[in-house]
Amino acid sequence: MNSATINRIAVWFYIGIFFLYLFGPLVIMGITAFNASSYPQVYPFEGFTLKWFDGLLRDADIIYGLKNSLWIGFLVVLVSVPVGLAAAILMTQIYARARSFYYLIVVSPVLTPGVIIGISTVIFWREMTGATGTRFLYDGTLMTVVAQSSFISAYTMLIFLARLQRFDRAQEEAALDLGASHPQVFLHILLPFMRPAILSAAALAFLSSFENYNTTTFSILADKTLTTVLAGRLRQGTTPAISALAVLIIAVTLLGAVAYELVKRREQAAKAARLQQAQRAEDRSLGPGAA
Amino acid sequence: MHSSVGHSLILALPLLVVAGFAILSLLERRRLGALAPVSFWRRNGIAISSYLVLAVGLWTVMMIVLPQLYMIDLSLRPKLPPNQIGGPRDVYTLENYRYFLYGSTSSTAAWNTTHIKAFFLTIGASVLVTLLNFILCYPIAFYMAQVATAARLRIFMLMLITPYWVNEVLRAFAFRVLLGSQGVLNTALLKAGLIDQPIDFLGLDIGLYAGLAYAYLLMMMFSLYNAIESLDRNQIEAARDLGAPWWYIHWSVVMPHAKPGIASGATLVFMLNAGALAAPLVLGGPRTLWFTPIVYDRFYQAFNWQQGAAYAFILLLACIVFVLLVLRVFKVSLGEIAR
Repeated sequence: MNSATINRIAVWFYIGIFFLYLFGPLVIMGITAFNASSYPQVYPFEGFTLKWFDGLLRDADIIYGLKNSLWIGFLVVLVSVPVGLAAAILMTQIYARARSFYYLIVVSPVLTPGVIIGISTVIFWREMTGATGTRFLYDGTLMTVVAQSSFISAYTMLIFLARLQRFDRAQEEAALDLGASHPQVFLHILLPFMRPAILSAAALAFLSSFENYNTTTFSILADKTLTTVLAGRLRQGTTPAISALAVLIIAVTLLGAVAYELVKRREQAAKAARLQQAQRAEDRSLGPGAA
Repeated sequence: MHSSVGHSLILALPLLVVAGFAILSLLERRRLGALAPVSFWRRNGIAISSYLVLAVGLWTVMMIVLPQLYMIDLSLRPKLPPNQIGGPRDVYTLENYRYFLYGSTSSTAAWNTTHIKAFFLTIGASVLVTLLNFILCYPIAFYMAQVATAARLRIFMLMLITPYWVNEVLRAFAFRVLLGSQGVLNTALLKAGLIDQPIDFLGLDIGLYAGLAYAYLLMMMFSLYNAIESLDRNQIEAARDLGAPWWYIHWSVVMPHAKPGIASGATLVFMLNAGALAAPLVLGGPRTLWFTPIVYDRFYQAFNWQQGAAYAFILLLACIVFVLLVLRVFKVSLGEIAR
């Protein structure tokens, strides 16, 4: 064996170990969801069962938490996509001397621990709603939407910034010269250009919100989400029902991811088809019959 | 100083900063005269401009800056019964920070050792986990960025992202299933006859560290990958042709190029670990003391929000110090790492 082969074997050995570390625990947890044993076990496998799943669907707390998580995720998308977009556009236009200060402020939520974002949000709104007599706004679901959006907007902003860097401002100027109004330019030039980024940002915002624990556990107050119900159960003990819930959550997120991938692919295919059509039209007009 | 002053100062601060920058930019425009670029309001139109300013203003002021300032403000207040808030006893104090260092006034111990120990353990362990993550990820990131074919890269990416769609709490739970005293690993070892007593992985905190190292691996991976990916492969070829051994190529060609990526991965992973709550709760042994659960207990067990705010601010300060240190050591700017 020469050294190149040994090298290759070593590399693949490391890659194998690495992915075993990544998937091993999850796969094992998945198997325990189908084992009849009352403690999450792989071996001895006491028989295949779906009873752990059955119990989940009749668990009112979990169903409520799931609904609330979906609702919060939806609201977070509604807040963080427009805010992130505005923040990214402003970044490209802001007065140069203020830019680094502005940047520091808007990326700080990315570098702040989630627990601190949750804590500071509830402290601020407790005082604010108390002082202005709007205590009804101090509600777990609403606080969670606010707290999560504060850092998820920073994520979406980073996605939009990356896309905006490739935007050609000449398009905007051409439209303005041709008599379009500013809102028209925004709606018909910039937004269509940002469409793929908006889609990615919405997907990312929803997923980050759905799986968030650190911020939510502080901001949710007396309310619940799926993750906080889950964490509460975990403190009570280790049962296969939690494995079953994990399998369900993984299945749902996988489905979502596949759907997202399909939408993206279809869009890319449509774009390729449009380009091809344009190319053909161009060829025709320049072809021998044209002149 | 009476604490009612604080809130008015805090509320005025964002307005002052925005006004300051507006005046500066106005002066600048005045100076440039005809050369000044199109004004913001003319460029975007009234409707779009209002949307931009309103959205970003509400976000930065009401959701980022004011909450942080209010948290610091609260951490400097004494815990008072509701009817005394705003009264003569509501003055700024360092009492909550003193508690972190020395414990309650009635305790006999010189230092608040439990909390101080937990704090330094959290910081130290987070640094170690960050280092471990770098060591684990670097070879894979390098392979993906410089060696793998496009098709293989897609598969690798997908395989890396999939485990991270799983919730943080469940990822920690997976390690409990694996490492618990009746867990899969212990059962296997017992059956194989290698041990005759289950090993208490969780009590020894092995579970906690394994779970933490696992939890935020992806952040390090993508930061490294993005940085290494932009390195021109010819540079590596050139170094190899000139006879540099492989470790030297990594040390003096790849890593210097990847410095911003290493810095951004390190800050993100450190911050996520120091602020981790799920893994310590699920995987911590009975004697484990991580700092974030202590902060949580200040709020929802002891119901002392003032103290909780002080503890949260101490954690935030630690993170800021770490970020500044990394920026210093790697000689990169904030703009380079937060991408």
